[in-house]
Amino acid sequence: MISCAEATRQLWEYLDATIDVAARDAIEAHLARCRRCCGELEFAKELRRFLASSARDEAPDDVLRRMDQTLEELEP
Amino acid sequence: MGLVLGETVEGSSADRGEGFRVLVREQLPRLYSLARRLVGDEAEDAVQDCLLKAYERFHQLQQAAAAPAWMTSILVNCCRDRGRANARRPREVDFDELERFSLYRKIAYEDPFPYSDSLHLDFLAEFGPEDLRAVLLQLPPLYRIPLVLVYMDGYLAKEVANMLDAPVGTVLARLHRGRKLFERQLWDYAEENGLLREASR
Repeated sequence: MISCAEATRQLWEYLDATIDVAARDAIEAHLARCRRCCGELEFAKELRRFLASSARDEAPDDVLRRMDQTLEELEP
Repeated sequence: MGLVLGETVEGSSADRGEGFRVLVREQLPRLYSLARRLVGDEAEDAVQDCLLKAYERFHQLQQAAAAPAWMTSILVNCCRDRGRANARRPREVDFDELERFSLYRKIAYEDPFPYSDSLHLDFLAEFGPEDLRAVLLQLPPLYRIPLVLVYMDGYLAKEVANMLDAPVGTVLARLHRGRKLFERQLWDYAEENGLLREASR
């Protein structure tokens, strides 16, 4: 079985499905027997949700106006 | 010139100017929002750079439907160029030590909120949008840009590789290191900005 260090090193790649089948199987075998690494996995999922759900900055009106002006001033 | 997404981009130079405006104007809010994540306060300048570059290269755009991805790619490279030009000397990083760092274990070990029964979630809940932006902007652009594009904006690593004209393996390696730097920076930022005090909750 792979070590905790090896398993946790690849957890995000595991979630991204960017590792090969052998590595995926090794991580799943490890997770099946290691509670702490399951905690690491759940936290990795939370971190990804945290990033994906972060609010977007809306462009202020004055910024949009200036950018629009740049568009209008482009030479043909 | 009522250029519609899906049409081929062509016409006289005056039409082309108007066609460019029609295609790009509706994307300005999206481009600005992405640039804020990539370069923070330099977002407006980055979008302005992007508009000028895109107009210069407008003849390269074959299909109007490809305009959003095309503009995004140009913007990302403008942001990268700004990041390179303004990059501060990065802190010395011991990558072996970084590789061993686990934010999950760090939070569990330091136990900043002893009365919490959801310690790790409470840690993340301390970060508002401004805090998250500050953490990301402290990462070197080399790592920040792929991290933002993949985990905040939902692009695939191979799409980011195309945008940056880099091999996919390089982008994956930067994502790996970028995530580790991000985790450690979250902890350092929380410590330095008083987010770990029970009284701040």
